[in-house]
Amino acid sequence: MERIPILRMGDLLLVTIQVDMHDRLAMQLQDDLTERIVKDSAKGVLIDISALDLVDSFIGRMISNTAAMARVLDARTVVVGMQPAVAITLVELGLTLHGVKTALNVEKGMTLLGKSYK
Amino acid sequence: MSMKDYADRISQTILDQEAAIGAEWLAQLEALSVRSNAAAREQLRSHCHQFLKSFGSATRSGELENIDHRSWDEVRDLLADISSTRAKAGSTPSETATFVFSLKQPLFARLREAFAGDAEGLASASWVVTMLLDKLGLYTIEVFQKTKDQIIVRQQQELLELSTPVVKLWNGILALPLIGTLDSARTQVVMENILQKIVDTGAMIAIIDITGVPTVDTLVAQHLMKTIAAARLMGADCIISGIRPQIAQTIVHLGVNLEDVITKATLADAFLVALERTGAAITIKQA
Amino acid sequence: MTGAQTEAVLFDTPLLDYRAQQRTGRVTLPLRSDDDVVGLRKQVRERAVAIALSLVDQTKLVTAASELGRNTIKYGGGGEVYLDALDDGMRRGIGLLFVDAGQGIPDIDNALRDGFTTGGGLGLGLGGSKRLVDEFDIDSRPKEGTAVLIVKWKR
Repeated sequence: MERIPILRMGDLLLVTIQVDMHDRLAMQLQDDLTERIVKDSAKGVLIDISALDLVDSFIGRMISNTAAMARVLDARTVVVGMQPAVAITLVELGLTLHGVKTALNVEKGMTLLGKSYK
Repeated sequence: MSMKDYADRISQTILDQEAAIGAEWLAQLEALSVRSNAAAREQLRSHCHQFLKSFGSATRSGELENIDHRSWDEVRDLLADISSTRAKAGSTPSETATFVFSLKQPLFARLREAFAGDAEGLASASWVVTMLLDKLGLYTIEVFQKTKDQIIVRQQQELLELSTPVVKLWNGILALPLIGTLDSARTQVVMENILQKIVDTGAMIAIIDITGVPTVDTLVAQHLMKTIAAARLMGADCIISGIRPQIAQTIVHLGVNLEDVITKATLADAFLVALERTGAAITIKQA
Repeated sequence: MTGAQTEAVLFDTPLLDYRAQQRTGRVTLPLRSDDDVVGLRKQVRERAVAIALSLVDQTKLVTAASELGRNTIKYGGGGEVYLDALDDGMRRGIGLLFVDAGQGIPDIDNALRDGFTTGGGLGLGLGGSKRLVDEFDIDSRPKEGTAVLIVKWKR
């Protein structure tokens, strides 16, 4: 089955979601990330969703859960690049992505992560 | 006489006397018209000619009461065309309806000749024609109105697009003054624009200044709150400034929950807060 | 029963006939697996673009479709969705009717209440989806099935 690639940069894991994920793929990503955080002793996770034109409750929960699991493993998560239309829809849907830090782009996201685990 | 007979008689009259009717009609219209240049006169002549032709063939079909019937499609299309052309050129609806109504006189004159000696026939024929032309005249007014409405809608959209100026106050700090009354539809578009601009400029903080907004109702307040929530989801933050005393009262009165949001009375105050949050500060040099 | 069906109707709901005079081009899609939801999102997005819905409205509609499509599979045991093109003479729209023959929703009012993370609304996200669309209707009978209708118009 296809998987979403996870890149490693030092103690940072970088994921770029570019496909319209079906639920199984999202669950697989969650599992893969959790495994890699442990395996690579990662301190930060950056999830780039700038190519996603849709975030529904399932994906939203996946992101929240991933961030929660990462925190338990002493890593910080930042989600970057949310499109305005997606943000507006999530607000209307009532989904808050509780406990997830966000930034406008990868650069700002890395700065944010840099601050929190220095 | 049956309706079909009347129809035949009337359409025949128009056919036989087209030139004469057309000339008299045109003369009347030109007398009424304020604007008059060669191009306008030529267009008028062309309209008259086309209308007479279609009106003639439509009456021949026998349907003399219902102008929505398909035998009148060509006439309606022609009138719609004439009406919207005139609407765009600045004519009044009356002028366009008069185009149709002034056909009555020359047409009645010819009908009087055609029905000579048959007073009852003439009365009926006149009645039929007058009803037809009244309906067609009213139709032109309807089309006229619709065209004007479309122009208004388009202008509103253009205004909407012009009304979110963006000012970059400093690195990562944007100011977005909202100007004018905000109705629900406009607010939504404006809010979407604000979020897009935050992305485009990579701003960390957007100061939404509402000094130029006379009133804020529940819907507008809700949209403001949603915009701020969306901006936060995206990774930026918003400050609302320019809150006048009356608006502060309205907001409290409406029970809008602003606990989460930084609000300042002036843009200047908001700017200071934004600077602080982006890690900058202003130092006054000693003279 | 409504019209000629090649197989038995999953859940005989009056909603199947909604806005009969204003719908054209009804397409039926199965909702049995994850991939079906992805396919549905694609089709809804295409139709939304075709009637020139704004980007935000497109996103809202596709998101609502994704939510309800998932519900059909997860809680309804699988089902189908009807995609309709709507035209009421003044504006164009898109209608989506999700139908399943599952256990039904016992307490619809409760289900329409909010709250994803707090567990309110039975996790169905119906309240949220309702806010994303212009028209929303639901017909659910215990042990018979559920039908959810959403409509979005071009503003």
